[in-house]
Amino acid sequence: MKAAAFAYARATSVVNALELLAMHGDKAKVLSGGQSLMPAMNLRLLSPDILVDIGGLAELRGITVRGDLLVIGALTRHVDLLRSPEVALHARLLRDAVAHVAHPAIRNRGTIGGSLAHADPASELPACVVALDATIVVRGSAGERRITATEFFRGIYETALLPDELLVAVEVPVAGQASTFFFQEYARRHGDYAVVGLAARAVVAAGRFSALRLGFFAVGDRPLLAAAAGKLIDATVTPALLAEAAAALADELDPQEDQQATAAMRRHLATVLLRRCVAALLARPELETGVGK
Amino acid sequence: MTVTRAPADALSVLDRPNSYIGKTVPRPNLDRLLQGRGQYVSDLELPRMAHVVFLRSPHAHAKIAAIDADAARRMPGVVSIVTGRELEAVITPWVGVLSHLKGLKSAPQHAIAVDRVCWQGEAVAAIVATSRAAAEDAMEHISVDYEELEAVTDMRAALDPAALVIHAALGDNLAFERTLDAGDVDHALSGSELVEADFVFGRHTGVTLESRAVVADWNAAEARLTIYQGTQAPHMVQNIAALHLGLREAQVRVVCKDVGGSFGIKVHIYADEMATYALSKLLRRPVKFVADRVESFNTDIHARDHRCRGRIGVRPDGTITAFEIDDLTGIGPYSMYPRTSAIEANQVVNLVGGPYATANYRARARVVFQNKNVMCQYRAVGHPIACSVTEGLVDLAAAKIGMDPVEIRRRNLIADDAYPCASPSGMKFEQLSHHASLTKLLQMMDYDALRAEQAALRARNVHRGIGIASFIEVTNPSAAFYGVGGAKISSQDGVAVRLDAQGSVICQTSITEQGQGSESLTAQIVGSVLGVSMERVRVILGDTDHTPYGGGTWASRGAGIGGEAALQAAKALRQNILNVAAAILQSTPAELDIVDNGIVNAADGAPRIELNELARIVYFRPDTLPPGIQPELMATRHFVPRQYPFAFTNGVQASWLEVDTETGFVKLLKHWVVEDCGTIINPQLVDEQIRGGVVQGLGAALFEKCIYDERGQLTNANMADYLVPMSGEMPDIEVGHVVSPTQESELGAKGAGEAGTAGAAAAVANAVNDALRPLDATITEIPLTPQVILSALGRI
Repeated sequence: MKAAAFAYARATSVVNALELLAMHGDKAKVLSGGQSLMPAMNLRLLSPDILVDIGGLAELRGITVRGDLLVIGALTRHVDLLRSPEVALHARLLRDAVAHVAHPAIRNRGTIGGSLAHADPASELPACVVALDATIVVRGSAGERRITATEFFRGIYETALLPDELLVAVEVPVAGQASTFFFQEYARRHGDYAVVGLAARAVVAAGRFSALRLGFFAVGDRPLLAAAAGKLIDATVTPALLAEAAAALADELDPQEDQQATAAMRRHLATVLLRRCVAALLARPELETGVGK
Repeated sequence: MTVTRAPADALSVLDRPNSYIGKTVPRPNLDRLLQGRGQYVSDLELPRMAHVVFLRSPHAHAKIAAIDADAARRMPGVVSIVTGRELEAVITPWVGVLSHLKGLKSAPQHAIAVDRVCWQGEAVAAIVATSRAAAEDAMEHISVDYEELEAVTDMRAALDPAALVIHAALGDNLAFERTLDAGDVDHALSGSELVEADFVFGRHTGVTLESRAVVADWNAAEARLTIYQGTQAPHMVQNIAALHLGLREAQVRVVCKDVGGSFGIKVHIYADEMATYALSKLLRRPVKFVADRVESFNTDIHARDHRCRGRIGVRPDGTITAFEIDDLTGIGPYSMYPRTSAIEANQVVNLVGGPYATANYRARARVVFQNKNVMCQYRAVGHPIACSVTEGLVDLAAAKIGMDPVEIRRRNLIADDAYPCASPSGMKFEQLSHHASLTKLLQMMDYDALRAEQAALRARNVHRGIGIASFIEVTNPSAAFYGVGGAKISSQDGVAVRLDAQGSVICQTSITEQGQGSESLTAQIVGSVLGVSMERVRVILGDTDHTPYGGGTWASRGAGIGGEAALQAAKALRQNILNVAAAILQSTPAELDIVDNGIVNAADGAPRIELNELARIVYFRPDTLPPGIQPELMATRHFVPRQYPFAFTNGVQASWLEVDTETGFVKLLKHWVVEDCGTIINPQLVDEQIRGGVVQGLGAALFEKCIYDERGQLTNANMADYLVPMSGEMPDIEVGHVVSPTQESELGAKGAGEAGTAGAAAAVANAVNDALRPLDATITEIPLTPQVILSALGRI
């Protein structure tokens, strides 16, 4: 388990990184936190000709509030999300989610940009940015473009990012006072990739959802913003309505089978998560078990 | 202060002033390990050392038509590329059979496959280079022309007459079969309620922190091979390496210092290790092999892949009338060398029903070949299977007659005053303590309160379960285990103890250390018996040139056998020291004692002469000793149990857990163990052995499984997909003890290494079924994954 030989360049600026990417095209790989890339290289699943290490680009690091946006630099590490007062205040969902990302040693190195660009459908942060309606900021030789999170993820390890582009930041709309969040995942062990997970943002008023975004993960080839949520918005949630939403959710999922779960089990767990999420957000525990299968 | 005591010889050697026996003292090797000064083979560098990487078969079964390594040979750093055919000239093949396992058959296995590969992961060629990375680079340029053959993967299909026979010369795929019929099972069952179940056990492996590692160094000038290897049995490795390389044992030295975990994984001889020895001899330079994690999953022995049909008869009063089992296990394409792969199934037959008084027992076990990685002995060999089947059946029987699981055990466990006695399978029990252990367990867990809590929570739709599992454990094996079958694996161990010139003690022992605390327990015993402080005792182990001959550390034998040898050696040295002291002091040995590194009067404890002064006189001024005295400040003793083939221990475990019936996830809340390993030398080491063992059992219960597809491909050979138990999922584990020392040794210690693993999975499975009982689901398969539980509940 030794990586094949590769060249290494430590980028001195975003411009320099983009030059290197333009020069080497898909033979280059961007090294951020390295928590997925390095194991893949050691297993020789990936053998890039050159690594472009962006670890020294301070301009890509840090969390700031700009107007009604929380801007998170691509190199912001998981541990920084976990400890950031701005994240706690404006996008608590990210903090809740990061606690489920692997283990401290990995959270100390892994970055949000790396996680999003890697686009593992079972990982937490892609679902969070979808639920938070975030925008992914990428830069290429032609300049900067903004891609909504729902447009960014294209498939397993596939994104809208072009080979000569760099993911530079994530812009998350600042949560209003009324926003509430729910994050839960079922994983075989603490820190494992989820069997099924859900990251949700909601606005609840007078016992009803006025907004509800449900970002499921590990249920398909990319994070899924569940359309079934629509059934629960501006409606009085009854066990029957919740059952209807659960059935709609099961229909819109196209889960993969793997060693942890069949497609049927993933559908089942997603509906359990839906019920538990709705029950928690509405503070109505009876809804949790109110829907029979 | 004057202390008046009985003369020293009237005291037990263990019950002495400042005794370390029964005390938690820090392990002497801790500082070394914590400061990064451990001597692990993985870290070893030698001058001119080359690294070997093995090209491994991607197919479960295939003919090797051609190997083209020309391009690879030209790669930078490559020293040599060697095929199985080429290596055959240096090392002979082997067959993993033993004569006491009647009928066991296997086929010759080569260090590197010749003509045919029989499992995915079998080595096809060795690439030796100046670094591991260079060897891996070269490996990518070797092309092998395989002709894929049908793979036999399902053990149930292996015996089908239509199935392909993996080794044609053997006639069929049945490696071994054993039957047993004790008492009158049919008669016993005819008047009983019958319960039957199929128990299924996932194939899993023992994931060691440090993978298998070996450095072989052939010194042509001395015609001697030094093998540095993380092994549990250095003298066994010496014997086997010499045998197959055509050397005398004296030409092979095996050095084994620190080992990063073994669990039975490192008590075997692996083909790639044999290849590494042979490559060193062939290339006349040191060669290092360290398995990477993927190789570990594909080639470290697997274990436990069993399907066992079990039957129990029970009367309405709770009397268990009979046990019956039919066990089937698939062991891969070869019986492992030299301990064979029939031992686990054999143990299952030996151990089922073992804690119970029932005299009627019928068993059949069949061991079949298949095209998967080899299976062999891993921690608690056979015990988890036997315990899960037995205890699963006992719980099912209790449920059938509406009796509490504790009550049915009280009525059937062998009475504590019934010993010595024997089991229907012929196992001899010297002294067990099932009832005392169960009583203590119920006390520790507050069983009645827990049942009340369970009932209250059920009313709120929270499903918690209690599972109990009694077990017996094989420890301190005599020659009955391997020696009688012709294996040159020593069942005796030796210890040499010497007083040096400043009154310190050097102790050489043939047991080995892989983290259990062998060094500590040896120093504790020697220090206690000699009357010297532990920091003056240095323990040397793991070197065939420098220790007495012995078995090593496996099958829970280190403390019971190696510890007794240490005790006897220290006793002998103590007598020698007292003889010299008596001569110097014009006293008699009986009037003297050794306490706190000095000779004292036995009667009043008054100091007479320090050990360092005595040693000075002996080594440098023997001219001042009385005529005729020849001091002997070194003593060696060996020990092997003779009266009982095994020192059986016993114990009982309990699990308290919650099942989320919507998701199928199990949360372990608490685990209790009471065990009886006889004399406890170091309580902390014993407790942590138990806890570590429990965790490995919990891994089997909930997480660990080598998942093969129908073509014999291992699909989860990495640490992300193969789920080892981790601390986040582990419950608190409380450990209690009942102490029934064995009378076969003065030390009285039995083993404690397997007890935790033996019963943990059974306790969890029983607890899950207990939790699910109101939902009418019974599961007799492990690992108990969410998928398995949701399926049983009909949720998916």
